[in-house]
Amino acid sequence: MRDFALRALDTARSRGANYADVRVLRQQAESVTVRLQNVEGLTYDESMGFGVRVLVDGYWGFASSHRMTMEEADRVAAEAVRIARASATVRGKPADLGPPAAIVDTYTTPVLKDPFAVPLDEKIALLLKTTEAMARTPHIVMAEANIYCQRDEKLFVSTEGSEIQQTLVETGCGIEATAVDEGEVQRRSYPNSVGRHQGTEGWEFVERWDLPGNAARVAEEAAALLRAKPCPSGVTTIILDGSQVALQIHESCGHAIELDRVLGTEAAFAGTSFLTVDKLGGFRYGSPVVNITADATIPGGLGTFGYDDEGIPAHSTPVVREGVFVGYLTSRETAAQLGQTSNGAMRASGWNRIPLIRMTNVSLDPGDRRLEDLIADTDEGIYMETNRSWSIDDRRLNFQFGTEIAREIKKGKLGDLVKNATYTGITPQFWGSCDAVCNRDHWIVWGTPNCGKGQPEQVAHTGHGAAPARFRNVQVGIMR
Amino acid sequence: MLGETELKNLADRTLAMSQADQTEVAIFAPHSALTRFANNYIHQNVEQQDVDIRVRAVLGKKIGVASSNDLSDEGLRSVVERALTLARHQKENPDFRSLPAPKPVRRIDAFVERTARTGPEERAAVVAQICDAASRAGLIAAGAFRTAVAEVAVANSLGIFAYHRDTMTDINTVVMGENGSGHAERVSLDVADIDGEEVAREAVDKALRNVNQTEIPPGEYDVVFQEYAVADILDFFAYLSFGAQAYQEKRSFMAGRIGEQVMGENVTIWDDGLAADTAPNPFDFEGVPRQRVTFIERGIARDVVWDSYTAGKEGRESTGHALPAGNTFGPVPSNMFLATGDATLDEMVASTKRGVWVSRFWYTRPVHPLNVVVTGMTRDGTFLIEDGKITSPIKNLRFTQSYLEAMNRVEAIGKTSMLCQAIAGVSRVPALKVRGWAFTGVSEY
Repeated sequence: MRDFALRALDTARSRGANYADVRVLRQQAESVTVRLQNVEGLTYDESMGFGVRVLVDGYWGFASSHRMTMEEADRVAAEAVRIARASATVRGKPADLGPPAAIVDTYTTPVLKDPFAVPLDEKIALLLKTTEAMARTPHIVMAEANIYCQRDEKLFVSTEGSEIQQTLVETGCGIEATAVDEGEVQRRSYPNSVGRHQGTEGWEFVERWDLPGNAARVAEEAAALLRAKPCPSGVTTIILDGSQVALQIHESCGHAIELDRVLGTEAAFAGTSFLTVDKLGGFRYGSPVVNITADATIPGGLGTFGYDDEGIPAHSTPVVREGVFVGYLTSRETAAQLGQTSNGAMRASGWNRIPLIRMTNVSLDPGDRRLEDLIADTDEGIYMETNRSWSIDDRRLNFQFGTEIAREIKKGKLGDLVKNATYTGITPQFWGSCDAVCNRDHWIVWGTPNCGKGQPEQVAHTGHGAAPARFRNVQVGIMR
Repeated sequence: MLGETELKNLADRTLAMSQADQTEVAIFAPHSALTRFANNYIHQNVEQQDVDIRVRAVLGKKIGVASSNDLSDEGLRSVVERALTLARHQKENPDFRSLPAPKPVRRIDAFVERTARTGPEERAAVVAQICDAASRAGLIAAGAFRTAVAEVAVANSLGIFAYHRDTMTDINTVVMGENGSGHAERVSLDVADIDGEEVAREAVDKALRNVNQTEIPPGEYDVVFQEYAVADILDFFAYLSFGAQAYQEKRSFMAGRIGEQVMGENVTIWDDGLAADTAPNPFDFEGVPRQRVTFIERGIARDVVWDSYTAGKEGRESTGHALPAGNTFGPVPSNMFLATGDATLDEMVASTKRGVWVSRFWYTRPVHPLNVVVTGMTRDGTFLIEDGKITSPIKNLRFTQSYLEAMNRVEAIGKTSMLCQAIAGVSRVPALKVRGWAFTGVSEY
């Protein structure tokens, strides 16, 4: 594999590339999905290929292929150079990568139990037990459970002398109960919605989240929601559970601090960002209790790795300190435009994609409250759990999110169940209204395995450490 | 391009290696390139070639699925073995009947040689037209121009072999000034249909008009939707309502309402993968020929799309809308149509006392799937209509609206239609005018 990658690098250089890197990636994924008592999805996918990224006189080209032959290495490298020369016909400011990076190293995700080594029978049995427990609850028409594991083995080489081998392992799991009755449909998920929760861990991740032990509760909550009162409309206090805070960070902070968006290079698809360069270091993003950090080194986080796909080591970067916006996620090219060096956020979803700036683990630092105390300290409001819908404008300002389940808070106590809960706001005002964050005992690094960006689109895996947090004067209940 | 002979050979070799009771091989071979631009220059420019071989092995009623892009004998043997191993560990699925039996598949020519031959130099020339037009207007352009070839072959041990190749090209741009933006996009099989000057003209014109936006309060407004927004509406029906799995599990509003009036009498929606004015796609990922399926006929619910698994549960035939094996989402429409009406966009505006023009939606997500309640933003050109005229640009609006209810309040339908990208293929849609659309928030720009 090394000889193959170096051959592509040599060809790119000899064809005129001033800079080139080659990524060779073998990706394996196993997925088991049970719906009621049928194993409806049992798949193993493997893909291997390589991509050559070149700069010719400051303009980019990229080509990729699944054929792992020396002849194809030459063809693809030459094609990447040809593409770069075509890029140079519609000229802007030539790309500058800043200081060269030459690193030789290896990195492997620490795993206690290889998820691929766990017998399929064990995985299937665990999921069947889970869905059986969910399906016992009246009104449950669908009980679904899944386990997913992925292994990426990748080699990065560059003309600057980097040679980095990484093996990244991810494991995820999730369950979902759907209840139907008299024209109403309600859904409850665990540990997180939109399929599953995931981390850079082994089988220990699935064991820790105990799907069977939560199955009956999840199903009962879905059924109870059928008869719950609708979310009231008005302005009130809300407390979000950790997983919904994670979604809030992802959408209103994580994407907003991607420097490529800020500089306009995602404008046509993903959009831009309200956190323009003039705001760095002085803009009040949130209240003084809001501290946000992008950290690719957190053990087990879904955005954890050794090196990004430009060969830059994983970083921990302050993003918001005591409410003030202080840092972006960057690449070599974008960091250089601010006179900085990259903080290692460039990742590609596969061998056939270029790296883009992607969230690592963008987290709200833990506060000092206990959830019980926070609820007891809230006279009136709504406690919302588990994301159900999410939408935000193309500058990451106006958002509207919904949760699967909610409860009224009255005089410091949790009260009636509430369905179809939604809340809306404008990002800096919303984070400015945050007056309390729960402590490290409640803090979990939630995995988001479905983050879309780029053209052609790439789906990235990101992490978000979060604990429950309280927000004042929030508009809730936006649905006819 | 591998070609039909090579793909047939690959499929036959793979089938011959399988000891399963039934085996299916689906091969997807894409070759695509995309030139991306922003700030009036090309900043990303990529090309990819791949082959995905997906094997579904059936042992009795146990099914395993594996995929690989290794075309060597060893690679093929490995993917077959992997699928068989998965099947052996499976539990019997009593709802599974059989892989589909062969049926005649129509040959459709959807391959345009000049699209397949388009290189980075030709894409750059079109991008240059857009960037130059934006620059001349004092604006900056961003966007992407893609050209692609795809081959798909499906074979199974019951005798199915189907092969199709097609080309696809699409371009989109957002042109921005200090305070506002405009957008345009085109989709076609034929790269000759992509006119950079024309795309730029639409986006630049809108960007120049979309400055100094005023703000209107949230509320219910009559809305004129350009085709881009209408395609989004159809996407949510495809995703939430018109597939057999959601129908069987009663998560779709269509469940229990076949034959009932569910939309306005002026609304007819169907799927037709064989039509000439779509991106034709004669069979699904099980090799079953696509049938035309009418979802809504003059407002009356008629049917949803089926694959062999969901159809087998009901003792009926697949309509040819299966996704690749291993998915647990169920069948989805791939070539949707909304019937055209008799209005022009000018007439829709002229008939509006006070309303809103929406160019396109952004980040739409379901809030309540059963009722198809969706929230999202407007983007890249939202305008106020007063006394039959577009009077001023307005700040982007958030909506929270049941698409199903809205389709009961369609006041006018465009007389022409546009091919747009869709959730799993393409949709051909006209512009629409809808009464009483619920805007629930306003952005800051």
